[in-house]
Amino acid sequence: MTTVDKKKYKVIGTSPIRHDGADKVTGRAVYGIDYHMPGMLWGKILRSPHAHAKIKSIDASKALALPGVHAVVTGKDMAVAADIEVEAGETSLNYMHLSDNVMARDKALYKGHAVAAVAADTQHIAEEALALIDVDYEVLTPVLNGREGMKADVPLIHPDQTTKVMAFRFDPGTDTGEKSNVAGRSQLKLGDIDAGFKEADFIVEREFTTSWVHQGYIEAQNATAHWNNDDNITVWNSSQGTFNQRQLMAEILKHPVSQIKMVPLEIGGGFGGKIPVYLEVPAAMLSKKTGHPVKMTMTRTEVFEGTGPASAAQMKAKVGATKDGRITAAYAELVFEAGAFPGSAVGAGAQGMFTAYNIENILIDGYDVVVNKPKSAAYRSPGTPQACFPAEAVIDELAELVGMDPLDFRIKNAAKEGDRRADGVQHPEMGNLECMEALKASDHYKSDLGGPNRGRGVASGYWGNAGMPASCSIAINADGTVSLAEGSPDIGGSRTSIAMMCAEAFGIAAEDVHPSIKDTDSIGYNGLTAGSSTTLRNGWAVFEVTNQAIELIKARAARLWETEPENVDFADGVFFSKAEKELKLTFKEMAGKLMETGGPISVAASVAPRGAGPSFTTHMVDVEVDPETGKVDILRYTAAQDVGTMIHHDYVEGQVQGGTAQGIGWALNEEYFYDDKGQMLNSSYLDYRVPTMLDLPMLDTILVEHPNPDHPFGVRGVAEISVVPPLGALANAIYAAVGVRMRDLPMAPHKIVKALQEKNGKTK
Amino acid sequence: MATVWIPTPYRDLVGGVETVVVAGSTVRQITRNLDTAYPGFWERLVDDETDRIRPGIAVVINGVVIGTALYEPVGENDEVHYLPAIAGGQS
Repeated sequence: MTTVDKKKYKVIGTSPIRHDGADKVTGRAVYGIDYHMPGMLWGKILRSPHAHAKIKSIDASKALALPGVHAVVTGKDMAVAADIEVEAGETSLNYMHLSDNVMARDKALYKGHAVAAVAADTQHIAEEALALIDVDYEVLTPVLNGREGMKADVPLIHPDQTTKVMAFRFDPGTDTGEKSNVAGRSQLKLGDIDAGFKEADFIVEREFTTSWVHQGYIEAQNATAHWNNDDNITVWNSSQGTFNQRQLMAEILKHPVSQIKMVPLEIGGGFGGKIPVYLEVPAAMLSKKTGHPVKMTMTRTEVFEGTGPASAAQMKAKVGATKDGRITAAYAELVFEAGAFPGSAVGAGAQGMFTAYNIENILIDGYDVVVNKPKSAAYRSPGTPQACFPAEAVIDELAELVGMDPLDFRIKNAAKEGDRRADGVQHPEMGNLECMEALKASDHYKSDLGGPNRGRGVASGYWGNAGMPASCSIAINADGTVSLAEGSPDIGGSRTSIAMMCAEAFGIAAEDVHPSIKDTDSIGYNGLTAGSSTTLRNGWAVFEVTNQAIELIKARAARLWETEPENVDFADGVFFSKAEKELKLTFKEMAGKLMETGGPISVAASVAPRGAGPSFTTHMVDVEVDPETGKVDILRYTAAQDVGTMIHHDYVEGQVQGGTAQGIGWALNEEYFYDDKGQMLNSSYLDYRVPTMLDLPMLDTILVEHPNPDHPFGVRGVAEISVVPPLGALANAIYAAVGVRMRDLPMAPHKIVKALQEKNGKTK
Repeated sequence: MATVWIPTPYRDLVGGVETVVVAGSTVRQITRNLDTAYPGFWERLVDDETDRIRPGIAVVINGVVIGTALYEPVGENDEVHYLPAIAGGQS
């Protein structure tokens, strides 16, 4: 549905077959894990069996003596990287910490932390060699919970770490001088929180917890690296940002960025988890030592134990409202487990927590706490699903106290253009209220639940979306097709969406644009494929190159028609003379005349877009809870999201559905099970329970098109936000079904049974 | 003059208020004048080595994210924020 006047498009808004579709469905597409080179060795990582241990010594002599083994690297082979913070989605990493995360030096900080790497002729020899490396550990007591880690009497993971009071992730901050596992404290404050709560007739205050959850991408991390004799390094891998990884590699290896080339191969999912580097560095180091290309891939267990999931969080939320249903104040305390190194997404969580609502008095305290678990990484709307869960649950309780329908309560308090967020910024033009109203007008809202133990829940969400730079180039072919080169790895279908905007501009079919993703030596700088920014920013780049090309072609048409370029115009794919209407040529016809009018035309552009419109969404879910087993069945689900101008309809819908499914898993099933020694007990997809198609009904969408006024095609990010509301919506639906408020994720069957027993006075 | 929203942890530098009014026609001038009036801001917001807004900070002018543009023009009645930059996870 469209809520405001929107431009009419011919290609944009349709669903052409993806350009990479044939290769992908026939198995010809080359993913990172498929890559192979002549003379290639295989690398494997030896990982710490302990969650917290000093590395007293590493003896690799037996491994090196094994026939077929070519080299071993350890943390002692690593240069000491700079103590500088870098971007990693909504999480952050310090170069030195990133280097230490890639390969431990003096301490292993989590089970699965890399301590050595081997290169051998085959994977099996490499695995055999790992068993021959003798590591002498001094096992230390692990810190496994954020709130516990904040206490004064627990072991310090980084003995010299002091707490900083920070406004930003990379803020040098005010150093409190207090040695602690709390790496950073931050705060957002708007208005007068005390006055706001005094004004309230009802106040609800609750505590919540969430578990570590994985992004759930199918393709494991992988890298093939070749350190050539001339010191040029080439890496073939699947990542969410070749230019970002090139920079990370340069800083960790202390190697010139100009001598590192990152080649993007197809990627089997990322969701934020493929922003940092892991295997790329040891693969390059092993290649340098051996002179061979070295390929490394992770097993699923390594992915779970050795890469970055989303943080677990321990949170408090307190919200007040008047009798007539106006929210007067909101407070939250967010404790995010960063993992082994500082830099959780707590700041982004705070920014998104109450942002769907117009609340004049807000205070949010955030804590970034290191624990002996893998360094957290970005995961779809990083930090925001965790933070919005308590917000939406408490708001639901307030609606009940006030006596309002939970959707009406949200509509009454919905943030609108001009209202201020917790950080003081005024909302730009957006479709928050339209999403809520669209749900209220839906058949779903009007439908009956139709049975006992069934309930309906709603929840809203916000994600700010990002900009970031982008570059692209086009070459116009004589047959009227266009070769389009991009530099952003395509994860969610962006290459087709970008090609569609190119086609729209030229008035040709999407199939007539041939997109390809280039390596870092072959295209200008591109930011991360992250922040729901890829279509937005590359759309800007395409807008620039197509505009430039159209001006060049106008000049060619002017030559043909023996007039001046300013007398030629272009509309709907046709160049025409302003003076003589019969003089007109289509884009395709003009493409065939380029050689005779001055030669081929190709254009490149780089942009740094601004005005990434924010995303808002509201979800509604019906569930049935089995009171005997605690199993939750989802009966019906509808997600209403402001998607700006839809470029590729099916991709947009797929992003909304995909994020929703991930949020459902986060809410109901998914968690890292740790024992008291910090050992993950469910590091496979058999035991780490992601929802499958058999667990879910059709996830319905209401795509609210409120174009972003700051983008030439009205694009706003769509990819991330849908993971945010399911956590709260499902908690609220379970309460509506069986009367228990679940505040500890995942809302697994045994927890629901226990809650029902407590409610019914049958606690065992 | 532009209205500058002060990040909460920095409000101790300005007596606890949410906003201050600062003269200047670019983000650079605004930041410099903010630091002159309330010492400590420049170091926290600008990396002198690179002469850029520190990585991870997004300057927002009238609700529009400008990224790290230190030389961005600022109008007489504009509203300036210094916020954590958003990147994200995406699929």
